[in-house]
Amino acid sequence: MSTNNCCCGCADEKKEKLQQIIEKYKSTKGALIPVLHEAQGIYGYLPMHVQKIISEGLNVPLTEIYGVVTFYTQFSLEPKGKYNIQLCLGTACYVKGSGIILDKLKEKLGIEVGKCTDDGLFSLEACRCIGACGLAPVMMINEDVYGRLSPDDIEDILEKYRKE
Amino acid sequence: MQIYRAHILVCGGTGCVSSNSEKIMNEFDTHLNKNNLQNEVKVVKTGCFGLCARGPVVVVYPEGCMYTMVKVEDVKEIVEEHLLKGRIVSRLLEGGQNTEEIATSLDGVEFFRKQLRIALRNCGVINPEVIEEYIAFDGYKALAKVLTEMTPEQVIDTVKKSGLRGRGGGGFPSGLKWEFTAKANDDQKYVCCNADEGDPGAFMDRSVLEGDPHSIIEAMAIAGYAVGSNQGFIYIRAEYPIAVKRLNIAIEQAKEYGLLGKNIFGTDFSFDLEIRLGAGAFVCGEETALMTSIEGKRGEPRPRPPFPAIKGLWNKPTLLNNVETYANIPQIINKGAEWFSSIGTEKSKGTKVFAVGGNINNTGLVEVPMGTTLREVVYDIGGGIPNGKKFKAAQTGGPSGGCIPASNIDVAIDYDSLIQLGSMMGSGGLIVMDEDTCMVDIAKFFLEFTVDESCGKCPPCRIGTKRMLEILQKITEGKGSEEDITKLEILAKNIKASALCGLGQTAPNPVLSTLKYFRDEYLAHVNDRKCPAGVCKSMTQYVISPERCKSCGLCSKACPVGCISGEKKVPYVIDKDKCIKCGACMEKCPFKAIFKNA
Repeated sequence: MSTNNCCCGCADEKKEKLQQIIEKYKSTKGALIPVLHEAQGIYGYLPMHVQKIISEGLNVPLTEIYGVVTFYTQFSLEPKGKYNIQLCLGTACYVKGSGIILDKLKEKLGIEVGKCTDDGLFSLEACRCIGACGLAPVMMINEDVYGRLSPDDIEDILEKYRKE
Repeated sequence: MQIYRAHILVCGGTGCVSSNSEKIMNEFDTHLNKNNLQNEVKVVKTGCFGLCARGPVVVVYPEGCMYTMVKVEDVKEIVEEHLLKGRIVSRLLEGGQNTEEIATSLDGVEFFRKQLRIALRNCGVINPEVIEEYIAFDGYKALAKVLTEMTPEQVIDTVKKSGLRGRGGGGFPSGLKWEFTAKANDDQKYVCCNADEGDPGAFMDRSVLEGDPHSIIEAMAIAGYAVGSNQGFIYIRAEYPIAVKRLNIAIEQAKEYGLLGKNIFGTDFSFDLEIRLGAGAFVCGEETALMTSIEGKRGEPRPRPPFPAIKGLWNKPTLLNNVETYANIPQIINKGAEWFSSIGTEKSKGTKVFAVGGNINNTGLVEVPMGTTLREVVYDIGGGIPNGKKFKAAQTGGPSGGCIPASNIDVAIDYDSLIQLGSMMGSGGLIVMDEDTCMVDIAKFFLEFTVDESCGKCPPCRIGTKRMLEILQKITEGKGSEEDITKLEILAKNIKASALCGLGQTAPNPVLSTLKYFRDEYLAHVNDRKCPAGVCKSMTQYVISPERCKSCGLCSKACPVGCISGEKKVPYVIDKDKCIKCGACMEKCPFKAIFKNA
């Protein structure tokens, strides 16, 4: 069993939701990826114990599930920060200087790409084109999009989230 | 039905939503109510107008005037002046329009003058979340015609005669693909739509799905009838939440109206659609990898033949087209193959949508007839290069494509002319670069992308691109030699010849094409240890011009490492050994006395 049991019962609640999802997709062909998407929606990431539940529920070998999870960049084995920062490094943003923005983010947060700050507040990802090239350079913090960025904007934007 | 005297169209595409268009819509509602206009004026949320750089975009009909870069605070003025008093707010008008000339269409706007919108016909015109609006613009008429008046063979014949070629990159004749799938013998066939738009800088498929989702549903049903399939899948990137949402709404509406499901239009034909989300893997845009991913596995490509038309999804015959290709289909059926083939060049028919980005004034989506020149796209539609810089090159085809240098700016763009230049159409990303772009750095950028996204199945791509990237890193760090350039070329040729899928085979293209047109830049990096564009940091030096320096000391204050020294009336000097090349001094200098010296 997983070791990160929480006394409030939310672990059971999540597990129950996951079981419902597995039930919903059980007879669908090629159900694994949709199930992983929804499971990540519940847990925020896909730790091993979640993969085990899916493996048993869908009757797919755990090795295969692990293979799929590690193949696709959207699936994460690590928890993400409360605010997940995705900086676009697509061509349009790159040409417009998103590399400099990335350096600034790393400097301000003190973390590398793919990592989470110690307080669990921010995680940093470099992503491919989010299709808002008209606003390049662009980053997303959770669902919020920030466009036409300059390195000087970064501190103010981060501060806004620290205060929340 | 309620009749309105005016309509306010607010762009609800990703670009404009990011710049606050939803708040603007709410604000319009508030102010219309305040002025008691809610029964006279209607606010409509539409898809993308294409002019993303100037967003949020608002268009008011019947005048057809286009307001750009609208702020929430501007809404009150538009309502009180334009809608209440009939006075156009000229300070918000998009350039090129003037108040005397405004017609009932957007033709007055420079950006739209040379465009011809077929795939994007409804984007920015209808509310994509309301099926009635699509139907009002001849929606589902093509499906009705196909099901009640045409045989599957006639449909395929029409698509073949139209000359439509795949808009996803390869440019394979769509009608042939349909015919192969139709001729395959099996009890189950599938129709798939590739909406896994992964080329960085391309977002036309997203805009079609967000602005006109029903056109894709209609086209896929037509394809299903033509090839004999009752089940379709749309594979779409999970990074496009708005598109996914609107597509889901559209599918539900189509089912409700009996336009999807059993016995469509009372015929024997049944067709259903399912959405499958990608999970962030570029390689899944490759057709065999895409189908493996729909099957729920690691999205690795497989060797062809057998082609998908024979053995595709779950080993069944499968038709796969991309979004923009499908978007053309209903128009081809409605207006005929002759109409479509009258547009474009000899071998490339119809129009192409380009996502124009990078160093250009009007970033956004444009749809032009095949054969339009690059100069027209960059200068007439795109509004030229910002800050008076020179056009250096345009990159097309993403990580599989190449560069078109300034010397070829008058090329008429179609599938074949681009291949001749060593680039390719790709899905239609067109990134404009100015004189400050280092072409070696751009080649490195694309190789980084390929190395990151290589699925790892075949060694030429997995190992070869990595080795190429290492050489490019060496060159951009000022440690390369001419021998390295030769090595790059040998590696590139071998990867092209031996990689398993289209992505691997085209991965060396950005390097080969920059070597072809900008070899002198590579040579400057390896022989003179200089980066002519001043991008590669290790070879860049910042210098203060003694003539221009007024000794104000601002640079010295801005320098994070304290490497600038000087005193009153004596020009300041940068200590090159300590300088970290951050460029902060150059930004701060009020006299433009600091230069990047390559």
